Amino acid sequence: MLRIRCPWCGERDETEFRYRGDASQSRPAADAGLAAFSAYVYERKNPRGWHLEWWLHVGGCRRLLKLVRHTLTHEIRVVGTAQDQPSLPQEPGR
Amino acid sequence: MQGPGRIAHGLLTDAERPLGFRFDGQPMQGLAGDTLASALLANGTRLVARSFKYHRPRGIVTAGPEEPCALVDVIGASGREPNHLATTLMLYEGLVAESQNRWPSLGFDLMALNDRFARFLPAGFYYKTFMAPGWAWERLYEPLIRNAAGLGRLKAIVGEHAAPAETVHDHADVLVVGAGVAGLTAAHRLGASGLRVVLADQDAVLGGGSLLDARWTAWRETTCAALVGLGTVRCLSRTTVLGAYGHGVFAALQSLAGADAASSGALRERLRIIRARRVLFATGALERLIAFPGNDLPGVMLAGAALGYLRRYGVAVGRRPAFFLNTDQAYETVFALASAGIERAGVIDVRTSSLAAERARGLGIEVHAGAVVEAVAGRGGVATVRVANRDGSQRREFEADSLLMSGGYCPTTALASQLGAVLKWQEAIAAFTPELLPTVGRVAGAARGVFGLAAAARNGEAAARVIAAELGHPALAAGLGLELPVDANATPIGALWEVRAGGKAFVDLQNDVTAADVRLAQREGYEHVEHMKRYTTHGMASDQGRIGGLVGSAVLAQARGLALSEVGQPKPRPYAQPVPFAALAGGEVRQHLKPKRRGPLHDWHEAAGATFVATGLWMRPLVYSQQSGWEAVLREARAVRRSVGITDVSTLGKIDVQGPDAAKFLDFIYANTFSTLAVGRSRYGIMLREDGMLLDDGTTSRLAQQHFVVTTTTANAAVVLEHMEFHLQAVCPQFDVLLTDVGDQWAQFAVAGPRSREVVAAVVADLDLSSQAFPFMAASAATIAGVAGRLFRISFSGELAYELAVPARHALQAWLALLEAGRPFGIEPYGLDALNTLRIEKGHVTAAELNGNTSAEDLGFQRMPKQHGDFIGRALSQRGGLTAPDRLQLVGVRPVDRARRLRNGAQLVAPKARTTSLGYVTSSTPSVELAGWVGLALLAGGRQRTGERLIASSPIHDEATEIEIVSPHMLDPENLRVRA
Amino acid sequence: MTAVPNPKPMPASTERESSGRYSGWRLLLEGLAGQRGWSRAWAKALPRPRYRVVIVGGGGHGLATAYYLASEYGISDVAVLEKGPIGLGNVGRNTTIIRSNYFLPDNIRFYEYSLKLWEGLERRLNFNAMVSQRGTLNLFHTEAQRDLFTRRANLMRLLGVDAVALSREAVQALVPLVDLDNGRYPVLGGFLQPRGGTVRHDAVAWGYARAASDAGVDIIEHCEVTGMRRDGRRVTGVDTTRGLIEADTICLAVAGHSSQLAAMAGLTLPIESHVLQAFVSEAIKPVLDVVVTYGAGHFYISQSDKGGLVFGGAIDGYNTYGQRGTLPVAEEVAMEAVTLMPALARVKVLRQWGGVMDMSMDGSPIISKTPVDGLILNGGWCYGGFKAIPAGGMTTAHLIACNAPHPLAAHLDLGRFAAGRTLDERGAGPFPYAH
Repeated sequence: MLRIRCPWCGERDETEFRYRGDASQSRPAADAGLAAFSAYVYERKNPRGWHLEWWLHVGGCRRLLKLVRHTLTHEIRVVGTAQDQPSLPQEPGR
Repeated sequence: MQGPGRIAHGLLTDAERPLGFRFDGQPMQGLAGDTLASALLANGTRLVARSFKYHRPRGIVTAGPEEPCALVDVIGASGREPNHLATTLMLYEGLVAESQNRWPSLGFDLMALNDRFARFLPAGFYYKTFMAPGWAWERLYEPLIRNAAGLGRLKAIVGEHAAPAETVHDHADVLVVGAGVAGLTAAHRLGASGLRVVLADQDAVLGGGSLLDARWTAWRETTCAALVGLGTVRCLSRTTVLGAYGHGVFAALQSLAGADAASSGALRERLRIIRARRVLFATGALERLIAFPGNDLPGVMLAGAALGYLRRYGVAVGRRPAFFLNTDQAYETVFALASAGIERAGVIDVRTSSLAAERARGLGIEVHAGAVVEAVAGRGGVATVRVANRDGSQRREFEADSLLMSGGYCPTTALASQLGAVLKWQEAIAAFTPELLPTVGRVAGAARGVFGLAAAARNGEAAARVIAAELGHPALAAGLGLELPVDANATPIGALWEVRAGGKAFVDLQNDVTAADVRLAQREGYEHVEHMKRYTTHGMASDQGRIGGLVGSAVLAQARGLALSEVGQPKPRPYAQPVPFAALAGGEVRQHLKPKRRGPLHDWHEAAGATFVATGLWMRPLVYSQQSGWEAVLREARAVRRSVGITDVSTLGKIDVQGPDAAKFLDFIYANTFSTLAVGRSRYGIMLREDGMLLDDGTTSRLAQQHFVVTTTTANAAVVLEHMEFHLQAVCPQFDVLLTDVGDQWAQFAVAGPRSREVVAAVVADLDLSSQAFPFMAASAATIAGVAGRLFRISFSGELAYELAVPARHALQAWLALLEAGRPFGIEPYGLDALNTLRIEKGHVTAAELNGNTSAEDLGFQRMPKQHGDFIGRALSQRGGLTAPDRLQLVGVRPVDRARRLRNGAQLVAPKARTTSLGYVTSSTPSVELAGWVGLALLAGGRQRTGERLIASSPIHDEATEIEIVSPHMLDPENLRVRA
Repeated sequence: MTAVPNPKPMPASTERESSGRYSGWRLLLEGLAGQRGWSRAWAKALPRPRYRVVIVGGGGHGLATAYYLASEYGISDVAVLEKGPIGLGNVGRNTTIIRSNYFLPDNIRFYEYSLKLWEGLERRLNFNAMVSQRGTLNLFHTEAQRDLFTRRANLMRLLGVDAVALSREAVQALVPLVDLDNGRYPVLGGFLQPRGGTVRHDAVAWGYARAASDAGVDIIEHCEVTGMRRDGRRVTGVDTTRGLIEADTICLAVAGHSSQLAAMAGLTLPIESHVLQAFVSEAIKPVLDVVVTYGAGHFYISQSDKGGLVFGGAIDGYNTYGQRGTLPVAEEVAMEAVTLMPALARVKVLRQWGGVMDMSMDGSPIISKTPVDGLILNGGWCYGGFKAIPAGGMTTAHLIACNAPHPLAAHLDLGRFAAGRTLDERGAGPFPYAH
């Protein structure tokens, strides 16, 4: 079970959060065109490794968090706020 | 002494407290502290089970949860419970146990015929036959197989209440799994150093291997007492850690009482969810079997188990045991039984010489060194043992009533493996040991191959030292200063897995898998250990193959000509021990599966005779009647159409949106525009997902320049709130907007019908409700029955209507005032069904049409999305797939024959192409205002089909009804009523 | 993770010895001869430098595709590459259910085709995979759900697929374990697909492997693809741990890991990887004859021929490649189990495990050409991979052999996402965690 250290509420079980998916792409500009929006909505890098992702703390502060998590080992490296821009680690997860 | 097998006082049994029990109808006596297995052995019962496939007679093989054979049904107040392990089932007065999987009796089992035909039933035989004729599998072969398979029989007596079970949560710095000497030592040092420790052990008492060695009694008792005194260590006995789930989370099963406790409503077990910063696995090692012909005969038992029965329960498992072993450790049983005065038939030691063998000979015990057991024989149990030298020479046979075997010891690695431990082959003990990442935890004692109690204690202390240091306690507290009894020097193991001498040699006793089955699998190409496991079912029974798993791998390795370390073992999966559904589920079952949300007027609705319907978590009034049928629904709906009705819409989602950028934010969230909405007005809005499909609809009102209140459908309240929160924080963080869920704070009622203005006016003192002053879609603060609230002139029913919101705590007061004011007009409360009837007539959509696959255009909202400016879903809603003319579009439907009914879910087909679906009926109702039934449907190119006649086909009802396609706005399409 | 190192390369045995025909008669004869006469079910082939078709992934879909390529389309110059032993991914990890009760007509037709192929599979493969048409029952608990299921059942019936509505009483008679009233959401009735059921999952992989091998396909185990060779817009081969293997057509059938393989060819897919969990109980005498799906949650259950109750729940809901069980799902599933079938309270659960699935962005699978010429994708199976194996294999083989989609799988193309022709069974939107 994931334990997520919410910057506002402390370490909590994953069941308090709602996963909101890949956070690596930002929403295209309004005039970016269909292809850009299609990629934004449908295409996923889906890495087997470090993943930048959204979690909404619905059972707590209701803040949107940006996590760096490893999709194979589930190690969580960073729990940041929605506006943070963490970089993905180079080394393998544990 | 309660039975012929009881020869001494046991550590755990109380000779003063006899307990009566029954096994297969036979009354017997045991002692308090006994397990069913020890009590059966004390009574001289050897045959306790029939095997799964061949129905061979089976006895008790182990003394713990690793038992493969001694499974029984237990019959009690909660019915018949299958597959209790006799070796862990605590005896209680009146226990009734029955053997399983035999007919007509344990002694005479007709299905034992399978054993005679075993040569035709090798591993995987069922993959090669039973294929023809095609019908015969389900009707002939499979029923036979199903009835023959399975072990115990379930016949539960289900009470009214949820089975008692609970889930508790533990938090610790360190979880120590296993309370043998390594675990006890570590737990003590860590606890004494000020760390919070949870110490869990599956056994009823703490001590592990030290329980079996009298020299360790003082050490164990002093250490356990010290642990209790520390206050930092929570000692949990009978608590098995089931699974390791990462991030320091573990699940453990704590057994609380005997199987009979269910009848008293007492808890039988708890699921403990343990969160720890570090874990120490001191889970010990399990003795393993040797595969030799007849190694499943009753009377063949693990040597360590026999030692356990003697020490713990004072029970001798045989009067004249023989031993078959390959380590010095296993001699502990030989010496213990010797000093208890049991006659020995001899020791067969695989090795040519060993320190222990020398010691045994010194005690006058005959040791056959460099020898193996080729077979055991006997009717219903061991009677003779055939021994040969390892090269096959010098066969001899002697009498024995039991054979105590030991093939060595396997460190218990399953939990560590779940946490990604790397398993390393250790030639010195002929077993795998786990290696964990230090950030996860450590392994200590026999679990990492450190055999010998004193060595394990020191190893536990060393592990505690590094863990304490990692957790910020560099100075580990001192020990208790107890002297550790010295470990005997030991000659290394002489690894032996199998004796090939003809006859069935089992590697998995519960699933009846033999060494020959493993070799067959290998020959057929199922040579990877995971393939072999699946093909033969080796290790897949409830004992998880714990005493024979590695033996199967060894047989496979030999057949493949590879080293055992190259073949490996199947990957272990949770759970370490079978866990009842009840324990995993805890208390949130049956009526408590989900919380019940009741609106602020729930009690009133109930008193008014409402039938409730569960919508999500909410309980909502469906109709104010206990009768099924349409009569009451139509009465309620008619009141709205003709005079006035009132309904409770408190469960709608309500989101307060405030801030300088509130309007801009709503413009982004909604497809239509809200920045142009005047203060004091409401507007119907539609919200899209980014893929262009409709997400939700509802009215939003502007209460002040920077203050809106959004309503959502009941079903989507949480979804819409999250959708808005996500986009505000992820996409528009620059907006200064505050979102607040006020759904529970406001009760809301709709008063609808031509007389609604008069009713509302009677309770709202401070507003002019004339159409000029308070027109359709007006919104305002208002004093409602003396309470500060809000008034909206919005309508879902299509009638002149108002919605009134008051703080939830004043709901009843306002509701009653409205009812009172409506009394002269015959006001009727109406429920969800009538609400549905009204909105269908009007062509308003709800969840049945907003099904996640409909676009704005599909539902006739094509003119609502704004032409300028960005909003969620704008770009992708313009794709061809969402604008194609043949998409399913909202239409109204009416039966051509007004006497016929409509069915929700009926498929629309052309009269001449009845297997091609053109769409389907989403909602339908008998109409108040129109003759007969009316419905809404989604129909391919529907808006172009008005006036067409199609068939509404419902094959599952055997109905096909001719319908006509009409506008969805079947009532008052000019919207005159709502503007009245 | 485990102590299983890569085994040594197999001795060369690409000269294949057929395992012969399986039958009860042969079993009898072999029994008299000590079961010595059985040989390898499928040949342990060594890779050749070049094939007409290379299929990456020795799971259900990869093996079935290879088999149908050889048996239906006459293309046996085919290699199936599997990084480990065959059949240990999702084909060996699922809850074994087959059915064709879908909401979208094209999906019904596709899965019904699969069901029809299941019905004759054992005799065709000469391998008893224990296809057991014991029925799949979906319970409903609200009127809205009844309407939804009615719509589905009616559509199935229009398309000639079996579907029956059951009253509460009929549900109780069929499944005595169900507690109709005492749950939080009482059972209002159910919909049964009598021809749905279960199949012994491992046997499906083995059966296809054996039949494909007999038809001349090379099944190459312990051969991991590490890279994709391209010549301009076209794939030309794969780099593997056993060397370069060239091919005219490369088919990815690695659901769960499609994104990883596609990335080697420079593609980004509309797929996320999520874990779906399964559970099995101890073996007990028969208590449950049909597959039952709880409508007020995610729990579903059946009883295997061996006696174990096989059950599962929802995905965990976040991207993962971890093939393991998790605690919250185990608790949720057990709560729903005890609620629906209180008598199960004292039955013991043996194991939980997880399989990593391709969750596509609309919840439906993908059998399609890709923007890279010569690269075919069979993936995105979500919850439906196992039941689709025969149809998935056949239609993928058709796509490879005919260079055009099979009529029953044309709707499963990759282009549907951009075009807005998504196949969203539940209307959950482009959120894999919501499907």
